[in-house]
Amino acid sequence: MQHEDVRDFHWYVDKAMASLVFLGGISAIVFIIGIFLFITREGLGFITDGLDLREFFFDPAWRPTSDSNPTYGAFALIAGTASITGLAVLLSIPFSIGAAIYIAEFAQGRTREILKILIELLAAIPSVVWGFIGLSIMNPLIIDMFDVPVGLNILNAGVILALMAAPIMTTIAEDALKAVPDRYREAAEALGATRWQVTLKVVLPAAKHGLMAAVLLGVGRGFGETMAVLMASGHSINVPDSIFDSVRALTATIAAELGETAVGSEHYQALFTLGILLFAVTFIINLTADLVMRGIKRS
Amino acid sequence: MADESKPQPQAPKHAIQTRGLNLWYGDFQALFDVDFDVRAGRVTGLIGPSGCGKSTLLRSINRIVERLGYVRTTGTIDVLGHDIFGANVELLQVRKQIGMVFQRPNPLPLSIRDNVLFGLRTHRDGDRKSRPSKEVEAQIVEESLRTVLLWDKVKDRLGEPAIRLSLEEQQKLCIARLLPVKPRVLLMDEPCSALDPDGTAAVEELIWSLKGDYTILIVTHNMAQARRATEECAFMLHGKLVEHTETAKMFVSPKNQSTADYIEGRYG
Repeated sequence: MQHEDVRDFHWYVDKAMASLVFLGGISAIVFIIGIFLFITREGLGFITDGLDLREFFFDPAWRPTSDSNPTYGAFALIAGTASITGLAVLLSIPFSIGAAIYIAEFAQGRTREILKILIELLAAIPSVVWGFIGLSIMNPLIIDMFDVPVGLNILNAGVILALMAAPIMTTIAEDALKAVPDRYREAAEALGATRWQVTLKVVLPAAKHGLMAAVLLGVGRGFGETMAVLMASGHSINVPDSIFDSVRALTATIAAELGETAVGSEHYQALFTLGILLFAVTFIINLTADLVMRGIKRS
Repeated sequence: MADESKPQPQAPKHAIQTRGLNLWYGDFQALFDVDFDVRAGRVTGLIGPSGCGKSTLLRSINRIVERLGYVRTTGTIDVLGHDIFGANVELLQVRKQIGMVFQRPNPLPLSIRDNVLFGLRTHRDGDRKSRPSKEVEAQIVEESLRTVLLWDKVKDRLGEPAIRLSLEEQQKLCIARLLPVKPRVLLMDEPCSALDPDGTAAVEELIWSLKGDYTILIVTHNMAQARRATEECAFMLHGKLVEHTETAKMFVSPKNQSTADYIEGRYG
Protein backbone atom coordinates (compact mmCIF):
# COMPACT_ATOMS: atom_id res chain seq x y z
CA MET A 1 0.00 0.00 0.00
CA GLN A 2 1.34 3.36 -1.02
CA HIS A 3 0.97 6.45 1.12
CA GLU A 4 0.24 9.69 -0.57
CA ASP A 5 3.05 12.21 -0.26
CA VAL A 6 1.61 15.10 1.78
CA ARG A 7 4.74 17.22 1.61
CA ASP A 8 3.55 20.13 -0.45
CA PHE A 9 4.75 23.71 -0.28
CA HIS A 10 2.71 24.54 2.85
CA TRP A 11 4.10 21.52 4.64
CA TYR A 12 7.67 22.78 4.10
CA VAL A 13 6.76 26.33 5.13
CA ASP A 14 5.15 24.98 8.28
CA LYS A 15 8.20 22.88 9.18
CA ALA A 16 10.58 25.74 8.42
CA MET A 17 8.63 28.19 10.54
CA ALA A 18 8.37 25.69 13.38
CA SER A 19 12.15 25.23 13.48
CA LEU A 20 12.71 28.99 13.21
CA VAL A 21 10.41 29.70 16.13
CA PHE A 22 12.07 26.91 18.09
CA LEU A 23 15.48 28.49 17.45
CA GLY A 24 14.15 31.84 18.62
CA GLY A 25 12.78 30.18 21.71
CA ILE A 26 15.97 28.44 22.77
CA SER A 27 18.25 31.32 21.75
CA ALA A 28 17.72 32.96 25.14
CA ILE A 29 19.04 29.83 26.86
CA VAL A 30 21.93 29.52 24.41
CA PHE A 31 22.94 33.13 24.92
CA ILE A 32 22.76 33.09 28.68
CA ILE A 33 24.83 29.92 28.87
CA GLY A 34 27.26 31.40 26.34
CA ILE A 35 27.67 34.59 28.33
CA PHE A 36 28.15 32.67 31.54
CA LEU A 37 30.80 30.42 29.95
CA PHE A 38 32.58 33.43 28.49
CA ILE A 39 32.84 35.45 31.68
CA THR A 40 33.73 32.33 33.63
CA ARG A 41 36.53 31.45 31.22
CA GLU A 42 37.94 34.97 31.31
CA GLY A 43 37.79 35.15 35.08
CA LEU A 44 38.69 31.55 35.82
CA GLY A 45 42.46 32.01 35.76
CA PHE A 46 42.21 34.46 38.61
CA ILE A 47 39.74 32.40 40.60
CA THR A 48 41.94 29.29 40.48
CA ASP A 49 45.34 30.95 41.02
CA GLY A 50 45.38 34.44 42.40
CA LEU A 51 42.08 34.69 44.21
CA ASP A 52 42.23 34.95 47.93
CA LEU A 53 38.55 34.66 48.92
CA ARG A 54 39.15 36.39 52.22
CA GLU A 55 40.86 39.28 50.55
CA PHE A 56 38.27 39.47 47.77
CA PHE A 57 35.24 39.63 50.03
CA PHE A 58 36.60 41.37 53.12
CA ASP A 59 39.50 43.60 52.13
CA PRO A 60 38.46 47.13 51.19
CA ALA A 61 41.67 47.77 49.22
CA TRP A 62 41.12 47.50 45.48
CA ARG A 63 44.63 48.34 44.16
CA PRO A 64 44.96 46.38 40.96
CA THR A 65 47.41 48.81 39.39
CA SER A 66 49.88 48.90 42.27
CA ASP A 67 53.32 47.90 40.92
CA SER A 68 54.76 46.52 44.11
CA ASN A 69 51.77 44.84 45.70
CA PRO A 70 48.48 44.72 43.75
CA THR A 71 45.53 43.81 45.97
CA TYR A 72 42.05 42.80 44.82
CA GLY A 73 39.77 43.46 47.76
CA ALA A 74 36.24 43.98 46.49
CA PHE A 75 34.71 44.75 49.86
CA ALA A 76 34.52 48.51 49.28
CA LEU A 77 33.02 47.96 45.83
CA ILE A 78 30.44 45.54 47.19
CA ALA A 79 29.65 48.03 49.96
CA GLY A 80 29.35 50.78 47.36
CA THR A 81 26.94 48.83 45.19
CA ALA A 82 24.95 47.62 48.18
CA SER A 83 24.62 51.07 49.74
CA ILE A 84 23.54 52.75 46.51
CA THR A 85 21.10 49.98 45.63
CA GLY A 86 19.78 49.84 49.17
CA LEU A 87 19.12 53.56 49.32
CA ALA A 88 17.61 53.51 45.83
CA VAL A 89 15.19 50.74 46.74
CA LEU A 90 14.25 52.41 50.02
CA LEU A 91 13.46 55.64 48.17
CA SER A 92 11.79 53.88 45.31
CA ILE A 93 9.42 51.57 47.20
CA PRO A 94 7.02 54.22 48.52
CA PHE A 95 6.88 56.05 45.20
CA SER A 96 6.51 52.97 43.01
CA ILE A 97 4.06 51.13 45.20
CA GLY A 98 2.13 54.37 45.71
CA ALA A 99 2.05 55.04 41.99
CA ALA A 100 1.00 51.46 41.31
CA ILE A 101 -1.82 51.69 43.86
CA TYR A 102 -3.01 54.96 42.36
CA ILE A 103 -2.95 53.64 38.81
CA ALA A 104 -4.45 50.24 39.55
CA GLU A 105 -7.03 51.16 42.21
CA PHE A 106 -7.93 54.83 41.99
CA ALA A 107 -7.13 56.43 38.64
CA GLN A 108 -9.83 56.26 35.99
CA GLY A 109 -9.90 56.19 32.22
CA ARG A 110 -7.65 58.72 30.59
CA THR A 111 -5.64 59.66 33.69
CA ARG A 112 -4.67 56.03 34.08
CA GLU A 113 -3.63 55.63 30.45
CA ILE A 114 -1.59 58.84 30.43
CA LEU A 115 0.17 57.90 33.64
CA LYS A 116 1.07 54.47 32.33
CA ILE A 117 2.53 55.97 29.17
CA LEU A 118 4.53 58.53 31.15
CA ILE A 119 5.94 55.88 33.45
CA GLU A 120 6.98 53.76 30.51
CA LEU A 121 8.59 56.84 29.02
CA LEU A 122 10.56 57.27 32.23
CA ALA A 123 11.97 53.78 31.67
CA ALA A 124 13.11 54.77 28.18
CA ILE A 125 15.48 57.54 29.28
CA PRO A 126 19.06 56.42 28.54
CA SER A 127 21.12 55.83 31.64
CA VAL A 128 23.82 58.26 30.52
CA VAL A 129 21.20 61.00 30.62
CA TRP A 130 20.38 60.06 34.18
CA GLY A 131 24.08 60.17 34.97
CA PHE A 132 24.25 63.58 33.40
CA ILE A 133 21.38 64.77 35.60
CA GLY A 134 23.24 63.41 38.62
CA LEU A 135 26.41 65.15 37.63
CA SER A 136 25.09 68.55 36.62
CA ILE A 137 21.85 69.04 38.58
CA MET A 138 21.90 66.81 41.65
CA ASN A 139 25.56 67.48 42.46
CA PRO A 140 25.29 71.27 43.07
CA LEU A 141 21.87 70.77 44.62
CA ILE A 142 23.21 68.34 47.23
CA ILE A 143 26.22 70.59 47.96
CA ASP A 144 23.84 73.50 48.50
CA MET A 145 21.17 71.74 50.49
CA PHE A 146 23.30 69.71 52.85
CA ASP A 147 26.42 71.85 52.95
CA VAL A 148 28.76 69.01 52.04
CA PRO A 149 31.99 69.35 50.00
CA VAL A 150 31.10 66.77 47.34
CA GLY A 151 27.70 66.16 45.80
CA LEU A 152 28.68 63.01 43.96
CA ASN A 153 27.89 60.41 46.60
CA ILE A 154 25.56 57.65 47.73
CA LEU A 155 22.65 60.06 48.08
CA ASN A 156 23.07 61.34 44.54
CA ALA A 157 23.47 57.91 42.95
CA GLY A 158 20.72 56.48 45.15
CA VAL A 159 18.20 59.13 44.09
CA ILE A 160 19.10 58.73 40.42
CA LEU A 161 18.89 54.97 40.67
CA ALA A 162 15.59 55.19 42.53
CA LEU A 163 14.17 57.18 39.63
CA MET A 164 15.53 54.62 37.20
CA ALA A 165 14.20 51.62 39.11
CA ALA A 166 10.79 53.19 39.77
CA PRO A 167 9.24 52.51 36.35
CA ILE A 168 9.93 48.78 36.36
CA MET A 169 8.82 48.48 39.98
CA THR A 170 5.67 50.46 39.30
CA THR A 171 4.79 48.43 36.23
CA ILE A 172 5.30 45.06 37.93
CA ALA A 173 3.53 46.19 41.10
CA GLU A 174 0.61 47.47 39.06
CA ASP A 175 0.36 44.12 37.28
CA ALA A 176 0.35 42.40 40.66
CA LEU A 177 -2.50 44.63 41.90
CA LYS A 178 -4.46 44.14 38.71
CA ALA A 179 -4.13 40.38 39.08
CA VAL A 180 -6.17 40.53 42.29
CA PRO A 181 -9.63 39.35 41.21
CA ASP A 182 -12.20 42.12 41.12
CA ARG A 183 -14.70 40.05 43.06
CA TYR A 184 -12.58 40.57 46.19
CA ARG A 185 -12.94 44.33 45.81
CA GLU A 186 -16.62 44.00 45.10
CA ALA A 187 -17.14 41.79 48.13
CA ALA A 188 -15.29 44.17 50.43
CA GLU A 189 -17.05 47.24 49.05
CA ALA A 190 -20.42 45.59 49.46
CA LEU A 191 -19.47 44.97 53.09
CA GLY A 192 -19.12 48.71 53.45
CA ALA A 193 -15.36 49.13 53.11
CA THR A 194 -14.04 52.38 51.65
CA ARG A 195 -11.74 52.27 48.63
CA TRP A 196 -8.77 52.78 50.91
CA GLN A 197 -9.85 50.02 53.28
CA VAL A 198 -10.33 47.71 50.31
CA THR A 199 -6.83 48.51 49.09
CA LEU A 200 -5.17 48.21 52.46
CA LYS A 201 -6.95 45.18 53.87
CA VAL A 202 -7.75 43.13 50.80
CA VAL A 203 -5.83 44.10 47.68
CA LEU A 204 -2.37 44.68 49.13
CA PRO A 205 -2.29 41.45 51.19
CA ALA A 206 -3.56 39.49 48.20
CA ALA A 207 -0.88 41.02 45.96
CA LYS A 208 2.00 40.78 48.41
CA HIS A 209 3.98 38.21 46.44
CA GLY A 210 3.76 40.24 43.26
CA LEU A 211 4.76 43.37 45.14
CA MET A 212 7.75 41.55 46.56
CA ALA A 213 8.73 40.45 43.07
CA ALA A 214 8.45 44.07 41.95
CA VAL A 215 10.82 45.19 44.68
CA LEU A 216 13.26 42.38 43.87
CA LEU A 217 13.31 43.29 40.21
CA GLY A 218 13.96 46.88 41.24
CA VAL A 219 16.90 45.65 43.30
CA GLY A 220 18.17 43.68 40.32
CA ARG A 221 17.85 46.74 38.13
CA GLY A 222 19.82 48.83 40.61
CA PHE A 223 22.49 46.21 41.04
CA GLY A 224 23.26 46.02 37.37
CA GLU A 225 23.09 49.72 36.51
CA THR A 226 26.47 51.08 35.44
CA MET A 227 26.69 54.37 33.65
CA ALA A 228 24.45 56.52 35.84
CA VAL A 229 26.06 55.10 38.97
CA LEU A 230 29.54 55.68 37.59
CA MET A 231 28.72 59.33 36.92
CA ALA A 232 26.77 60.11 40.08
CA SER A 233 28.53 58.14 42.82
CA GLY A 234 31.89 59.93 42.86
CA HIS A 235 33.68 56.72 41.89
CA SER A 236 36.08 56.67 44.79
CA ILE A 237 36.97 53.47 46.61
CA ASN A 238 35.57 53.86 50.04
CA VAL A 239 33.67 51.92 52.67
CA PRO A 240 30.97 54.49 53.40
CA ASP A 241 29.73 55.53 56.79
CA SER A 242 27.23 58.15 55.67
CA ILE A 243 25.11 58.76 52.59
CA PHE A 244 27.30 61.77 51.82
CA ASP A 245 30.36 59.59 51.16
CA SER A 246 31.51 58.93 47.65
CA VAL A 247 31.64 55.27 46.75
CA ARG A 248 32.43 53.09 43.80
CA ALA A 249 30.16 50.39 42.43
CA LEU A 250 31.12 46.95 41.08
CA THR A 251 29.65 47.71 37.70
CA ALA A 252 31.33 51.10 37.44
CA THR A 253 34.68 49.55 38.30
CA ILE A 254 34.44 47.10 35.42
CA ALA A 255 33.29 49.79 33.00
CA ALA A 256 36.02 52.21 33.98
CA GLU A 257 38.94 49.79 34.18
CA LEU A 258 38.40 47.09 31.61
CA GLY A 259 39.57 49.22 28.71
CA GLU A 260 42.84 50.00 30.49
CA THR A 261 43.97 46.46 31.23
CA ALA A 262 45.95 44.02 29.17
CA VAL A 263 43.79 41.14 27.99
CA GLY A 264 44.52 38.06 30.09
CA SER A 265 46.38 39.93 32.82
CA GLU A 266 45.61 39.36 36.45
CA HIS A 267 43.76 42.69 36.67
CA TYR A 268 41.71 41.78 33.60
CA GLN A 269 40.78 38.45 35.13
CA ALA A 270 39.95 40.06 38.46
CA LEU A 271 37.48 42.36 36.70
CA PHE A 272 35.82 39.33 35.17
CA THR A 273 35.58 37.83 38.61
CA LEU A 274 33.61 40.91 39.64
CA GLY A 275 31.49 40.20 36.57
CA ILE A 276 30.82 36.65 37.75
CA LEU A 277 29.78 37.99 41.16
CA LEU A 278 27.38 40.50 39.56
CA PHE A 279 26.01 37.89 37.22
CA ALA A 280 25.45 35.42 40.04
CA VAL A 281 23.71 37.97 42.28
CA THR A 282 21.41 39.39 39.58
CA PHE A 283 20.63 35.87 38.42
CA ILE A 284 19.60 34.84 41.93
CA ILE A 285 17.54 38.00 42.42
CA ASN A 286 15.69 37.57 39.14
CA LEU A 287 15.18 33.88 39.72
CA THR A 288 13.75 34.55 43.17
CA ALA A 289 11.43 37.23 41.78
CA ASP A 290 10.28 34.83 39.10
CA LEU A 291 9.66 32.00 41.55
CA VAL A 292 7.77 34.32 43.87
CA MET A 293 5.54 35.42 41.00
CA ARG A 294 4.99 31.86 39.80
CA GLY A 295 4.03 31.00 43.36
CA ILE A 296 1.07 33.37 43.23
CA LYS A 297 -0.10 32.17 39.85
CA ARG A 298 -0.31 28.63 41.11
CA SER A 299 -2.29 29.42 44.23
CA MET B 1 -53.83 46.56 54.62
CA ALA B 2 -54.46 44.93 57.95
CA ASP B 3 -50.92 45.81 59.05
CA GLU B 4 -51.63 49.53 59.03
CA SER B 5 -54.15 49.27 61.84
CA LYS B 6 -51.39 48.17 64.20
CA PRO B 7 -48.96 50.91 65.25
CA GLN B 8 -45.50 49.87 64.08
CA PRO B 9 -43.38 52.99 63.93
CA GLN B 10 -40.03 51.16 64.05
CA ALA B 11 -40.84 48.53 61.48
CA PRO B 12 -41.94 50.00 58.18
CA LYS B 13 -43.97 47.65 56.10
CA HIS B 14 -41.63 47.95 53.16
CA ALA B 15 -37.91 47.48 53.58
CA ILE B 16 -37.15 48.63 50.06
CA GLN B 17 -39.14 51.04 47.91
CA THR B 18 -38.12 52.33 44.53
CA ARG B 19 -39.99 55.05 42.67
CA GLY B 20 -39.49 55.97 39.04
CA LEU B 21 -36.12 54.28 39.00
CA ASN B 22 -34.26 54.63 35.70
CA LEU B 23 -30.70 53.47 35.19
CA TRP B 24 -28.29 53.86 32.30
CA TYR B 25 -25.02 52.13 31.58
CA GLY B 26 -23.49 54.84 29.41
CA ASP B 27 -26.12 55.25 26.66
CA PHE B 28 -27.84 51.96 27.34
CA GLN B 29 -30.91 52.19 29.52
CA ALA B 30 -31.17 49.11 31.72
CA LEU B 31 -34.07 50.08 34.02
CA PHE B 32 -37.27 51.89 33.04
CA ASP B 33 -39.40 53.62 35.62
CA VAL B 34 -39.28 50.82 38.17
CA ASP B 35 -41.68 51.12 41.12
CA PHE B 36 -40.84 48.22 43.39
CA ASP B 37 -41.89 47.53 46.98
CA VAL B 38 -40.19 44.80 48.96
CA ARG B 39 -42.00 43.87 52.13
CA ALA B 40 -39.98 43.69 55.30
CA GLY B 41 -39.13 40.27 56.64
CA ARG B 42 -40.08 38.34 53.55
CA VAL B 43 -38.20 36.45 50.88
CA THR B 44 -38.83 38.09 47.54
CA GLY B 45 -37.61 36.63 44.27
CA LEU B 46 -36.65 38.60 41.18
CA ILE B 47 -37.12 36.58 38.02
CA GLY B 48 -36.89 37.23 34.32
CA PRO B 49 -34.82 36.34 31.27
CA SER B 50 -31.12 37.24 30.96
CA GLY B 51 -30.55 40.94 30.47
CA CYS B 52 -33.95 41.94 31.81
CA GLY B 53 -32.37 44.15 34.48
CA LYS B 54 -33.00 42.03 37.56
CA SER B 55 -29.35 41.98 38.62
CA THR B 56 -29.05 45.67 37.84
CA LEU B 57 -32.04 46.43 40.05
CA LEU B 58 -30.60 44.30 42.85
CA ARG B 59 -27.18 45.89 42.55
CA SER B 60 -28.56 49.42 42.58
CA ILE B 61 -30.14 48.88 45.99
CA ASN B 62 -26.76 48.98 47.74
CA ARG B 63 -25.34 51.20 44.98
CA ILE B 64 -22.63 48.62 44.21
CA VAL B 65 -23.64 49.03 40.56
CA GLU B 66 -21.93 52.43 40.60
CA ARG B 67 -18.51 50.77 40.83
CA LEU B 68 -18.59 50.61 37.06
CA GLY B 69 -18.24 54.37 36.87
CA TYR B 70 -20.41 54.99 33.78
CA VAL B 71 -23.71 54.44 35.54
CA ARG B 72 -26.38 57.14 35.81
CA THR B 73 -29.53 56.84 37.88
CA THR B 74 -32.74 58.85 38.26
CA GLY B 75 -35.64 58.22 40.64
CA THR B 76 -35.48 57.23 44.27
CA ILE B 77 -34.63 54.15 46.30
CA ASP B 78 -35.69 54.12 49.94
CA VAL B 79 -34.20 51.46 52.17
CA LEU B 80 -35.78 51.22 55.63
CA GLY B 81 -37.25 54.64 55.13
CA HIS B 82 -34.05 56.41 54.07
CA ASP B 83 -33.40 57.70 50.58
CA ILE B 84 -30.06 56.05 49.74
CA PHE B 85 -29.23 58.81 47.26
CA GLY B 86 -29.94 61.48 49.88
CA ALA B 87 -27.20 64.01 50.52
CA ASN B 88 -27.20 63.31 54.26
CA VAL B 89 -27.03 59.55 53.89
CA GLU B 90 -23.66 57.94 54.00
CA LEU B 91 -23.04 55.21 51.49
CA LEU B 92 -21.13 53.11 54.01
CA GLN B 93 -24.05 53.25 56.45
CA VAL B 94 -26.33 52.14 53.65
CA ARG B 95 -24.10 49.19 52.93
CA LYS B 96 -23.95 48.29 56.58
CA GLN B 97 -27.73 47.90 56.53
CA ILE B 98 -27.68 45.90 53.32
CA GLY B 99 -25.68 42.71 52.99
CA MET B 100 -24.99 41.25 49.59
CA VAL B 101 -24.31 37.71 48.42
CA PHE B 102 -22.86 37.23 44.95
CA GLN B 103 -23.31 34.71 42.21
CA ARG B 104 -19.86 33.21 42.63
CA PRO B 105 -18.90 32.74 46.27
CA ASN B 106 -16.32 35.44 46.90
CA PRO B 107 -14.73 34.96 50.30
CA LEU B 108 -11.91 37.42 50.83
CA PRO B 109 -8.37 36.02 50.65
CA LEU B 110 -8.24 35.90 54.44
CA SER B 111 -8.84 33.27 57.09
CA ILE B 112 -12.33 32.03 57.83
CA ARG B 113 -12.35 34.01 61.07
CA ASP B 114 -11.16 37.24 59.42
CA ASN B 115 -13.79 36.88 56.73
CA VAL B 116 -16.53 36.78 59.34
CA LEU B 117 -15.07 39.75 61.19
CA PHE B 118 -14.21 41.83 58.13
CA GLY B 119 -17.40 43.89 58.03
CA LEU B 120 -17.31 44.50 61.76
CA ARG B 121 -13.71 45.65 61.68
CA THR B 122 -14.38 47.83 58.68
CA HIS B 123 -17.21 49.66 60.34
CA ARG B 124 -15.48 50.39 63.60
CA ASP B 125 -12.27 51.54 61.91
CA GLY B 126 -10.99 54.75 63.46
CA ASP B 127 -13.02 54.09 66.57
CA ARG B 128 -10.54 52.14 68.65
CA LYS B 129 -12.41 52.42 71.91
CA SER B 130 -15.20 50.20 70.66
CA ARG B 131 -12.77 47.46 69.72
CA PRO B 132 -14.31 44.23 70.99
CA SER B 133 -12.20 41.88 73.06
CA LYS B 134 -10.96 38.57 71.72
CA GLU B 135 -13.71 36.75 73.58
CA VAL B 136 -16.42 38.93 72.12
CA GLU B 137 -14.99 38.46 68.64
CA ALA B 138 -14.83 34.70 69.12
CA GLN B 139 -18.44 34.74 70.24
CA ILE B 140 -19.50 36.75 67.21
CA VAL B 141 -17.68 34.37 64.90
CA GLU B 142 -19.33 31.37 66.52
CA GLU B 143 -22.81 32.90 66.43
CA SER B 144 -22.52 33.91 62.80
CA LEU B 145 -21.19 30.55 61.69
CA ARG B 146 -23.83 28.73 63.72
CA THR B 147 -26.55 30.76 62.04
CA VAL B 148 -25.38 29.57 58.65
CA LEU B 149 -24.98 25.98 59.87
CA LEU B 150 -21.24 26.01 59.26
CA TRP B 151 -19.86 26.12 62.78
CA ASP B 152 -19.47 22.37 63.34
CA LYS B 153 -17.57 21.94 60.10
CA VAL B 154 -15.07 24.75 60.55
CA LYS B 155 -14.75 25.36 64.27
CA ASP B 156 -11.35 23.66 64.41
CA ARG B 157 -9.85 25.50 61.46
CA LEU B 158 -10.97 29.09 61.77
CA GLY B 159 -7.44 30.25 60.94
CA GLU B 160 -7.36 28.50 57.59
CA PRO B 161 -7.78 30.44 54.36
CA ALA B 162 -11.44 30.61 53.41
CA ILE B 163 -10.57 29.62 49.84
CA ARG B 164 -10.01 26.03 51.00
CA LEU B 165 -13.68 25.52 51.80
CA SER B 166 -16.00 23.88 49.30
CA LEU B 167 -18.11 26.22 47.17
CA GLU B 168 -21.20 25.55 49.24
CA GLU B 169 -19.30 26.28 52.45
CA GLN B 170 -17.79 29.38 50.88
CA GLN B 171 -21.23 30.67 49.98
CA LYS B 172 -22.46 30.01 53.51
CA LEU B 173 -19.43 31.86 54.83
CA CYS B 174 -20.27 34.76 52.51
CA ILE B 175 -23.67 34.91 54.17
CA ALA B 176 -22.19 34.49 57.65
CA ARG B 177 -19.85 37.44 57.22
CA LEU B 178 -22.81 39.75 56.58
CA LEU B 179 -24.42 39.01 59.93
CA PRO B 180 -22.04 40.59 62.50
CA VAL B 181 -22.86 44.14 61.33
CA LYS B 182 -26.55 43.33 61.77
CA PRO B 183 -27.97 44.24 58.37
CA ARG B 184 -31.73 44.41 57.89
CA VAL B 185 -31.73 43.53 54.23
CA LEU B 186 -29.91 40.75 52.36
CA LEU B 187 -29.49 40.98 48.60
CA MET B 188 -28.63 37.75 46.83
CA ASP B 189 -27.58 37.59 43.21
CA GLU B 190 -28.20 34.02 42.06
CA PRO B 191 -26.62 32.69 45.23
CA CYS B 192 -26.88 29.04 44.22
CA SER B 193 -25.92 29.13 40.57
CA ALA B 194 -22.35 27.99 41.24
CA LEU B 195 -23.42 25.18 43.58
CA ASP B 196 -24.37 21.56 43.01
CA PRO B 197 -27.88 20.34 43.93
CA ASP B 198 -26.92 19.42 47.50
CA GLY B 199 -25.24 22.77 48.02
CA THR B 200 -28.22 24.53 46.51
CA ALA B 201 -30.59 22.72 48.85
CA ALA B 202 -28.41 23.57 51.85
CA VAL B 203 -28.18 27.26 50.97
CA GLU B 204 -31.90 27.47 50.18
CA GLU B 205 -32.67 25.95 53.54
CA LEU B 206 -30.40 28.53 55.13
CA ILE B 207 -32.14 31.38 53.30
CA TRP B 208 -35.49 30.07 54.42
CA SER B 209 -34.30 29.98 58.03
CA LEU B 210 -33.21 33.63 57.82
CA LYS B 211 -36.53 35.02 56.65
CA GLY B 212 -38.41 36.99 59.20
CA ASP B 213 -35.21 38.27 60.76
CA TYR B 214 -34.04 39.66 57.46
CA THR B 215 -35.67 41.06 54.39
CA ILE B 216 -34.29 38.95 51.58
CA LEU B 217 -34.29 39.78 47.90
CA ILE B 218 -33.06 37.01 45.60
CA VAL B 219 -32.32 37.17 41.91
CA THR B 220 -32.70 33.78 40.35
CA HIS B 221 -32.72 32.16 36.96
CA ASN B 222 -34.09 29.00 38.32
CA MET B 223 -37.91 28.87 38.16
CA ALA B 224 -38.13 25.89 40.47
CA GLN B 225 -36.02 27.70 43.02
CA ALA B 226 -38.14 30.84 42.77
CA ARG B 227 -41.18 28.70 43.34
CA ARG B 228 -39.95 26.79 46.36
CA ALA B 229 -37.67 29.34 48.06
CA THR B 230 -39.56 32.65 47.83
CA GLU B 231 -42.73 34.07 49.28
CA GLU B 232 -43.22 36.82 46.74
CA CYS B 233 -42.02 37.09 43.21
CA ALA B 234 -41.38 39.96 40.84
CA PHE B 235 -41.10 39.40 37.13
CA MET B 236 -38.99 41.74 35.02
CA LEU B 237 -38.71 42.07 31.27
CA HIS B 238 -36.71 44.53 29.16
CA GLY B 239 -35.84 46.66 32.16
CA LYS B 240 -39.41 47.00 33.37
CA LEU B 241 -41.12 45.50 36.37
CA VAL B 242 -44.00 43.59 34.84
CA GLU B 243 -45.65 41.86 37.74
CA HIS B 244 -45.14 41.49 41.48
CA THR B 245 -47.27 39.25 43.61
CA GLU B 246 -47.30 36.29 45.99
CA THR B 247 -45.20 33.46 44.61
CA ALA B 248 -48.06 31.01 44.87
CA LYS B 249 -50.31 33.31 42.87
CA MET B 250 -47.74 34.12 40.25
CA PHE B 251 -47.00 30.52 39.42
CA VAL B 252 -50.66 29.50 39.36
CA SER B 253 -52.41 32.46 37.81
CA PRO B 254 -50.08 35.12 36.46
CA LYS B 255 -51.91 38.27 35.40
CA ASN B 256 -49.62 39.26 32.59
CA GLN B 257 -49.30 37.22 29.42
CA SER B 258 -45.51 37.68 29.20
CA THR B 259 -45.15 36.46 32.79
CA ALA B 260 -47.20 33.39 31.98
CA ASP B 261 -45.15 32.70 28.85
CA TYR B 262 -41.87 33.05 30.74
CA ILE B 263 -42.94 30.87 33.62
CA GLU B 264 -44.10 28.20 31.25
CA GLY B 265 -40.78 28.33 29.46
CA ARG B 266 -41.93 29.67 26.10
CA TYR B 267 -38.92 32.01 26.03
CA GLY B 268 -36.01 33.15 28.19
